[in-house]
Amino acid sequence: MDDFITVSLALAAGSLRLAIPLMLGALGGLFSERAGIVDVGIEGKMLISAFASAAVAHATNSPWAGLAAGLGAGIVFALIHGVGAIAFRGNQVVSGMALNILAAGLTVTIAAALYSQGGRTPQLPDAARFRGTSFAAADGTSQLDPALRALFELVAGHNILVYLSLVLVPALVWLVHKTRFGLRLRAVGENPEAVDTAGIQVATLRYQASIISGLLCGLAGTYIAIAQSASFVPNMTAGKGYLALAALIFGKWRIWPTFFACLLFAFADAAQSRLQGLNIPGIGAIPVQFIQALPYVLTLVLLAGLVGRAIPPKASGVPYVKER
Amino acid sequence: MARRIVFVVLVSLALIGSALPALAQKGSPAVLYDVGGRFDASFNQSAWDGVKKYTSETGDTVREFEIQNQAEREQGLRNLARRGASIVIAIGFNNATPISVVAKEFPNTKFTIIDSNVDLPNVQSVLFRSEEGSFLVGMLAALSSKTNEIGFVGGMDIPLIRNFLAGYTAGAKYAVPKIDVLSAMTGTTAEAFRDPVRGGELARDQIARGVDVIFSCAGSTNFGVFQAVTDAKKLAIGVDSNQNRLHPGTILTSMVKRIDVAVYQAMMSARDGTWKPGARILGLKEDGVGYAYDEYNKPLIPAAVLADVNKARDAIIAGKIKVPEMP
Repeated sequence: MDDFITVSLALAAGSLRLAIPLMLGALGGLFSERAGIVDVGIEGKMLISAFASAAVAHATNSPWAGLAAGLGAGIVFALIHGVGAIAFRGNQVVSGMALNILAAGLTVTIAAALYSQGGRTPQLPDAARFRGTSFAAADGTSQLDPALRALFELVAGHNILVYLSLVLVPALVWLVHKTRFGLRLRAVGENPEAVDTAGIQVATLRYQASIISGLLCGLAGTYIAIAQSASFVPNMTAGKGYLALAALIFGKWRIWPTFFACLLFAFADAAQSRLQGLNIPGIGAIPVQFIQALPYVLTLVLLAGLVGRAIPPKASGVPYVKER
Repeated sequence: MARRIVFVVLVSLALIGSALPALAQKGSPAVLYDVGGRFDASFNQSAWDGVKKYTSETGDTVREFEIQNQAEREQGLRNLARRGASIVIAIGFNNATPISVVAKEFPNTKFTIIDSNVDLPNVQSVLFRSEEGSFLVGMLAALSSKTNEIGFVGGMDIPLIRNFLAGYTAGAKYAVPKIDVLSAMTGTTAEAFRDPVRGGELARDQIARGVDVIFSCAGSTNFGVFQAVTDAKKLAIGVDSNQNRLHPGTILTSMVKRIDVAVYQAMMSARDGTWKPGARILGLKEDGVGYAYDEYNKPLIPAAVLADVNKARDAIIAGKIKVPEMP
């Protein structure tokens, strides 16, 4: 029973840790898509930022410099997509995929050339990472009850980026729903002609949205590389960008539902490997096969049964051409 | 028209030109690495160490292939064989099916596969008694644990990895009968061998449940496990290569699988003509597996513990201790 409580608490903490990159990526996608630019390049933006942050954190020995580099790389990639979609009116799905492919190749090639470790960056020392508090390591807490310790880890054990991201969610809700910028942003994704008629630059708004998207994806990548791990590993985002996109659709392009969708996906991910061999009171040990199928079953049931129709922003994916 | 002819001629020349180096290297050995790549500091890197030893001793070039996805195995093997490699070495059990296809297409080429048994007249299968080495590191883990709870993180959930767990558990219980072993597998696909984020999560979870030594058998996933264990100031055990130097003070030891020796011997025997098909099984007795003890983990292992482990090692070699496979 005690073990069960400990594991549940640890599971909650694990879900939160795994949800952060999904959530940041999905919110980045939300800004882009709400402004009318389809964003399948979340994965690429996250990956390039992961690499940039790990490389710069290694060079400077400062996680904050790494964070700045990660955000910068995210913005650069977002603007490549932005210029392609806004100025050149290209196909947004194609340029988004191009970002993903570019990031996958570029990171490994540069890392291999710089460090010759097969595309990895060197292991970062503790000072160059965002670290949480490990209550399992603290001397004064070793005699504490494991369940209590797990509770501490859930509430206070995370690194600063986790708390920052959690504060970001309500802040972004405010930005999108309560400010003039937010109103215009939503309008430009639904009806850019109306925005243009009102005398507001469609292109400028969309570039701003791209930059915000780049910042959020950059934060996600930085988190993956120098907070959750301690180095860049080839393809370390491992499809999280696509999962974020799925969460965005699942959350119907709204911030809170998207946030909870990310928590749910992360929970399934965390539960999958954690529940192996655990005795649940009244049920006993769950067969491994069932646990391994859990995330897929969950996604299937939710997407097929519970979501209903997801309607994207009306102008999403359509380049805006000013009438003459 | 004239331009078109010039174009065709140029393209043909380019094609011939690109084929020439391939002909020039006819007869050199070739290696196909598994998911994770040469620099995983573990399984594949051990193979690469064998390649380096061979090239530095003989001066021969070795053709290498790192797969980017599962579908490339068969193509890669076929390519290496078609270019006239003297021997094609496939690293990893995942290559069993591709090699049984390709080996039939090239009956005159020698193939060696590591970690799986393929029964064909031109294939040599090198198998390791991983459970024997795991037994010893299991003892080390149990004797080093203060909480009497030790953990295991596997890569892909397959019998090969379950063998590590079986030996580890048996060794731990042999040394400390009341020890508790928690285990988790990272996933069910080969991607499980390169998922450090999930590895870190699994390690944190086991540590939260009281585990203070974790044996990690999961390729690049090990990096995540080691980091989490280092953060929590607990102990970890590496696998395949000697991983002791990765986190001095954290890595208690490494269960070493001498893939480097197997690869080196396969290449050497192909070179001097003593290569034979069939199964080669390497255990403690053949020095094919073992645990790493060097200046990085010396402070972590007391002499008495070391003596116990070495005694068990001799007993296994003498057949007095039977190490189980697969739980």
